[in-house]
Amino acid sequence: MEFFKIKKDIPFMSYGKITTTISLLTFILAIFFLFSRGLNLSVEFTGGTLMEVSYSQSVDSNKIRTILNNNNLEASTVQNIGSSNNLMIRLPNKKGTNSATLSNEVYNLISTAAPNPQLKSVEFIGPQVGQDLVTNGLLAILFVCIGIMGYLAIRFEWRFAVAAIIANMHDVVIILGFFALFQWEFSLTVLAAILAVLGYSVNESVVVFDRIRENFRTIRGGKVSAIINNAITATMSRTIITHGCTEMMVLSMLFFGGPSLHNFALALTIGILFGIYSSVLVASPLLMWFGVDRANLVKTPKRKEEAVV
Amino acid sequence: MTKYPLWKYLLITLAVVIGLIYTIPNFYSEVPAVQISNPHAASAIDTATLSSIEANLASNDLTPSGEIFDGKMLKLKFNDTDSQLKARDIIQKQLGDSYIVALNLVSRSPNFLSKINANPMFFGLDLRGGVHLLLEVDMNAAIKKTLDKYASDVKRTLRNNQTRFGAVNINNNSIVIQFRDATAASDAAALLKKDLPNIALNEDGNGNLEAIISPTEMDKIKEAAVKQNMLILHNRVNELGVAEPIIQQEGANRIMVELPGLQDTARAKDILGRTATLEVRMVNDDQSDRSAAIAGNVPSNQVLLDDIGANGAITKILVKKDVELTGDNITDAQPGFDENGSPSVNIRLDGTGSSIFKQVTGESIGKRMAMILVDNGKSEVVTAPVIRTEIGGGQVQISGAMTTEQANDTALLLRSGSLAAPMNIVEERTIGPSLGQENISKGFHSVLWGFVAIALFTIIYYQVFGVISVISLAVNLLLLISALSMLQATLTLPGIAAIALALGMAIDSNVLINERIREELRHGRKPHIAIESGYEHAWATIIDSNVTTLIAGLALLAFGSGPIKGFAVVHCLGILTSMFSAVLVSRGIVALLYANSRIHKLHI
Repeated sequence: MEFFKIKKDIPFMSYGKITTTISLLTFILAIFFLFSRGLNLSVEFTGGTLMEVSYSQSVDSNKIRTILNNNNLEASTVQNIGSSNNLMIRLPNKKGTNSATLSNEVYNLISTAAPNPQLKSVEFIGPQVGQDLVTNGLLAILFVCIGIMGYLAIRFEWRFAVAAIIANMHDVVIILGFFALFQWEFSLTVLAAILAVLGYSVNESVVVFDRIRENFRTIRGGKVSAIINNAITATMSRTIITHGCTEMMVLSMLFFGGPSLHNFALALTIGILFGIYSSVLVASPLLMWFGVDRANLVKTPKRKEEAVV
Repeated sequence: MTKYPLWKYLLITLAVVIGLIYTIPNFYSEVPAVQISNPHAASAIDTATLSSIEANLASNDLTPSGEIFDGKMLKLKFNDTDSQLKARDIIQKQLGDSYIVALNLVSRSPNFLSKINANPMFFGLDLRGGVHLLLEVDMNAAIKKTLDKYASDVKRTLRNNQTRFGAVNINNNSIVIQFRDATAASDAAALLKKDLPNIALNEDGNGNLEAIISPTEMDKIKEAAVKQNMLILHNRVNELGVAEPIIQQEGANRIMVELPGLQDTARAKDILGRTATLEVRMVNDDQSDRSAAIAGNVPSNQVLLDDIGANGAITKILVKKDVELTGDNITDAQPGFDENGSPSVNIRLDGTGSSIFKQVTGESIGKRMAMILVDNGKSEVVTAPVIRTEIGGGQVQISGAMTTEQANDTALLLRSGSLAAPMNIVEERTIGPSLGQENISKGFHSVLWGFVAIALFTIIYYQVFGVISVISLAVNLLLLISALSMLQATLTLPGIAAIALALGMAIDSNVLINERIREELRHGRKPHIAIESGYEHAWATIIDSNVTTLIAGLALLAFGSGPIKGFAVVHCLGILTSMFSAVLVSRGIVALLYANSRIHKLHI
């Protein structure tokens, strides 16, 4: 079975202006949502207390909220999750209150609403910890960018490094834009997903770049755009199949993984879709505009010494 | 196509066999067990203890279904939790307090597997349930406490040498002692230099002597505070009877504590966070001073504290601020009963403590001395007896208004030592056991159905080569799980997500290879040549793409904490195993199938 039997190379590079413009617009839109709506940060980043409780009967979240309010505990969220028996309570950090005893206090209070609540999980994050997480997250993204650019610059050439990183950072911003637009909760696991996507979609660009380099070596003459078109067309089948397979796994997490993995899978899905788009239709035109040509690559006569397997 | 060398087949076989051995323990379910260890001695559990425990259990109609004994720790398996709980109580009673008897779950896997360290994967708290705490040491308090101690050392030295001195003030990083004049100050400086070599002494010429703690000394104090707190947390956690606790330093001033399987989180937090320490100070029984103090006029070197009487009535008692003795000098504390039958705590002091106590009691016969329990910054007089004789030997009994339970807790806290500085909980994660179970099954199903979908699609799309790809993907999963079991890396829910993602990404290498072979065939190459050059061309791409993914993984590992770290470990391992299986394994199978035969048509 074979889905893609393409006889002639598709002239991707002649659409370069359109595709990069679309990209730019999406990017600007994402930035706009990031600033206008902001990210719905999880308790790990903001600090505060998050409790998950399940009762043997259904509970009214409003009743719980009133009970907490009456005892000077202002919960920012009280909502039923999954079923009406399950309850999620989120409380902000308050100066001067002993956070260690807060969860016990809340538990005692909500026990009065209905008997025998079962404490499924408690998460308390102090304000300093959240700050550290944000710093470390940004550091990690910086480290990934530098690491990947360095590797691509050594393995290929600086133009490839810059083109790949622009294309992929734009994916990251678009994922963040989606999270801002729909106000999905942005947690540490989502951050992990984003960094994984960063590595994964660079991967995608690398496959195309590898082919471009190979074409420069094997196809004598011919315009740069034709060489890039050929590389993209030749790798297209692999691109679609690979991403389709990865997406199957991600969808499996989305459907079976429960609430903890839901947003993780969402971030990956968006990342994978835009990853394909940007590696093919953003990174490659950028590469062309940066003026890549045969001389850039062939002067480094790097025979693939790893090819002995 | 060149023949595949024998050593590569051997390598693959070896990897798969080892992978299988280390994966097997994960398929066994867990049984309840009682875990016995002795933190005080290296190997206090010997075969004699073992057989006496067995005999004792047998006399109570309990027979363990299995035993694991590694020279330090004894684990007795039981068939159900009922007998587990009964056995715990029996053994604890038999062995006494110096042993830690904890409840645990142990894999049902046969003993020979655990002998070669083939154990099931180590589940993180989000999968097994338990408490995770991040505690931050209050460094200012640690420094304050050290300065207090220095100040009382200085006073004792001066007093022992009959040197007269005025007020002693403690500032941010120094202690200022006032003397009559400059000569008295320099005499005292010479005296103190001998006893306190780590402190720089400055004289201002007006009779003030300033003892300054240098920045390096400050750092040492901070480091020591974290180390001491960790040690004490170890002791306290042991007292709680948690089976596999983790206590680690995180950053300069934070300590992470993980208590798997613990249910009573309120008590755990209470015991871990408490700063209880004992202070012995002298009582001022001058009635006019006392009434003045109650009226609000407390003398500067004294303080008014609550003394809780036997009937619960609170009386005010005036005590000196100077601490004669602290809990640091306690070697043991056990709950007991005094001669009147009321609960007490029996304390044994170390050498220094004993001699100080002897001196203090000898000097103050007829006066009252207060035993003060300082807990979370709150001081409370437990008892304030009149000293009748000089007390030597270092045996002290304190009894006051205590319930048996309070005596037990107080003894526990005094025994496990006092914290060098109070700690605040800056992060807490409690996961109930039901949620842990739920997370395991959700993670498992994600991986299972994702794998099934990928396998079906790949086999339909690439036929024979699809089957080969799926086999190499399965080997990848096997190797990944065995690596995780072997390293005993903590597996969390994000870690399971990373397993799923590793499989979803690993298929990429196979697709690259298969697509490349198809392409070569399209260009009219003979099957053998097509396979050969397909693998060769794909390899360079596989390396490049995996290295970039690995860079992202390493960044996660370096900067991530908590859930991110759990994800990153598996992610990085998954990339390595996928490179091995995609290239070596699938190539090996292809060679096995096609190397010695003529191929007319490749099914790809």
